[in-house]
Amino acid sequence: MTKTITDVVCPFCGTLCDDLEVSVTDDGKQILDVYNACAIGAEKFLHSQAKDRITRPRFQQPDGTWKETSYEEAADYTAKMLAGATKPLMYGWSSVNCEAQSMGNEIAEICRACVDNTAAVCHGTTLIAVQDIGLPSCTLGEVKNRADTIIFWGNNPCHAHPRHMSRYSIFPRGFFTGKGHKSRKMVVVDPRITDTAKMADIHLQVTQGQDYELLNALRVAFKGEWLPDVVAGIPKEKIIETANIMKAARFGIIFFGMGVTQSLGKNHNIDEAIAVTKDLNEYTKFSIMPMRGHYNVTGSGEVLAWQFGYPYSVDLTRGFPRYNPGDTSSIDLLNRGEIDAVFVIGSDPGAHFPISAVKHIANVNSVCIDPHITPTSGISKLHVPVAFNGVETGGNAYRMDNVPIDCRKVVDPPEGMLTDEEFLKMVRDRVKKLKGVA
Amino acid sequence: MATVTITMKNPPALYLEAEYICPDEFAGKTVAQIAELHVYEGNTKSTLGKYFEVSGDAGATAEDTKIVVRGDVKKVKYIGMKMSAGEIVVEGSTDLYAGAWMTGGRMLVKGDIQAFAATAMKGGELIIEGNAGNYLGAAYRGDWRGMSGGRILVKGNAGSDVGMYMTGGEMVINGNVDVHLATHAEGGKIIVKGNAPSKVAGQMVEGEVIIFGTIDVMMPGFKYVDDVDLEIEGITAKFAHYVGDTGERHKKRKGQMVYGHLYQKI
Repeated sequence: MTKTITDVVCPFCGTLCDDLEVSVTDDGKQILDVYNACAIGAEKFLHSQAKDRITRPRFQQPDGTWKETSYEEAADYTAKMLAGATKPLMYGWSSVNCEAQSMGNEIAEICRACVDNTAAVCHGTTLIAVQDIGLPSCTLGEVKNRADTIIFWGNNPCHAHPRHMSRYSIFPRGFFTGKGHKSRKMVVVDPRITDTAKMADIHLQVTQGQDYELLNALRVAFKGEWLPDVVAGIPKEKIIETANIMKAARFGIIFFGMGVTQSLGKNHNIDEAIAVTKDLNEYTKFSIMPMRGHYNVTGSGEVLAWQFGYPYSVDLTRGFPRYNPGDTSSIDLLNRGEIDAVFVIGSDPGAHFPISAVKHIANVNSVCIDPHITPTSGISKLHVPVAFNGVETGGNAYRMDNVPIDCRKVVDPPEGMLTDEEFLKMVRDRVKKLKGVA
Repeated sequence: MATVTITMKNPPALYLEAEYICPDEFAGKTVAQIAELHVYEGNTKSTLGKYFEVSGDAGATAEDTKIVVRGDVKKVKYIGMKMSAGEIVVEGSTDLYAGAWMTGGRMLVKGDIQAFAATAMKGGELIIEGNAGNYLGAAYRGDWRGMSGGRILVKGNAGSDVGMYMTGGEMVINGNVDVHLATHAEGGKIIVKGNAPSKVAGQMVEGEVIIFGTIDVMMPGFKYVDDVDLEIEGITAKFAHYVGDTGERHKKRKGQMVYGHLYQKI
């Protein structure tokens, strides 16, 4: 016989689906199957069951081999590294629950470190733009129940947030959207013909790197001012048609992704997209929302903002928080050689940072906290495997619309394995002793 | 004017934050007192004297104080931050925030400077003989007030986001700039003798941008008005005159819409 656990929260992407069902063995030790999840989410649960999982911390030897150690020794090494460094960087935090993030921030404050999350290579530019001009946003529930005009700008939810369209944005029949996708207009702006673009009523195939110009052209079109014949590869008539569709919406929303946040223009693209949203509120109700990637990257921003006042790239080296991406952001710190110790948790800069930055991680003392073997763990001096958040431990996480949701523990981690929070607590206690903090 | 010379003798392993290298801080202090001023390397506080050899004399006030910075200061941030008077000469290249928030005086950098130079500058003069980085004369993060006064001259090229949220003052760049020149500008004047690739003066509310070279992609919010003859920096030439950003908010003055002005040499 098996047991089925219902209402499980998926710890993969920022959509944070909370309707999963997981069947486990009677003793509650093994996951047998996952229902309702997308392929990526199901895999997140199932690969935690791998028999060849690393279950104990290990030090990398000079010849590249690994030597197993205890959590105590691993915590000693981590605490000494962080407490002894002149400018340590604590990066990641996006696949970690809020409780562990808060514990990590305490360590960062004691050690006067730089703390950064994966927004640095993702939606950090969004956060800059939000600080510059604000964010007229809403919750995904409002989108489901009210939105009749959906714009996906520079993202591909078909593959990156597979259940987003069925749960919130396109297909569900909500309170005022009883006809589901038949009552919704879908616009996709993407230089590529993605699977999402193929579904759209209107696909604006924008010239790569010219989103800023196209957004600006929409604002000009709202005001009925003069426009050039073609902007960013899109004919003037098409821009005016799209502008009119947006104005005619009862409730519209722009979902945007890395296609605009990390292409030419960066924060200015988002700045202009928010200005588009603001302009549209002269005519109708319009909202805008970033499609956050990691399941709790939003939570990391929330916790950092709650504790230090800034959502990412926080520099605590002078004893008070400072924030200026370009100076205090991870890639810049690494590329410029400003960092002498790197602590990575719940993310994989080894796979996502420029190689110049990755080389710098390899050259300094480094610790990687991750249940998986990743390119980052491969170049770290110490690899600490931990329990899977949202699978083997619960904890709080924030959905992409800033709604906090408590995750559920489904099975126990392998014998003797610690959670992120438990390991960080050990490090925090040691750091306090080393720094002489009561 | 009394001159203090500081020479880098013991370069930092990481980077140094030295906002006290400023005439306002040096004024009225002896050489020994100057060497005791604080600097930070990461989270470690130490003194200017640990890294620099200090010689010469400081004036009684900032106006009477000139600072000459010698040696390799490529890893020193915040030189000339918040200076209000006097003079700084950096004989090589320096790092982030050079002359940031300066309100007066004169700062000359003979090499290159990195990003965030002259952040929210209010007055004075900053001259860079080499290249400047990104965010020259821009607002600090989250602020809506960039450079509001003073003058910047860059003899080489400058990076992206130059003059973001600029509200006043004048900037001359002899070389090229990168994207997002004068974004969100609400005043001031920027002259670029070279080229600007794209996103020039996006979301501009008010102010002037003059480009002598090419613009690869023009913002759709800029509308051609007429050709005008202008005398810029002693050069008289014909310029195409555009107004914008027509997508952005604009106020009216004496019944007339106030736009940003973009001039491109024909």
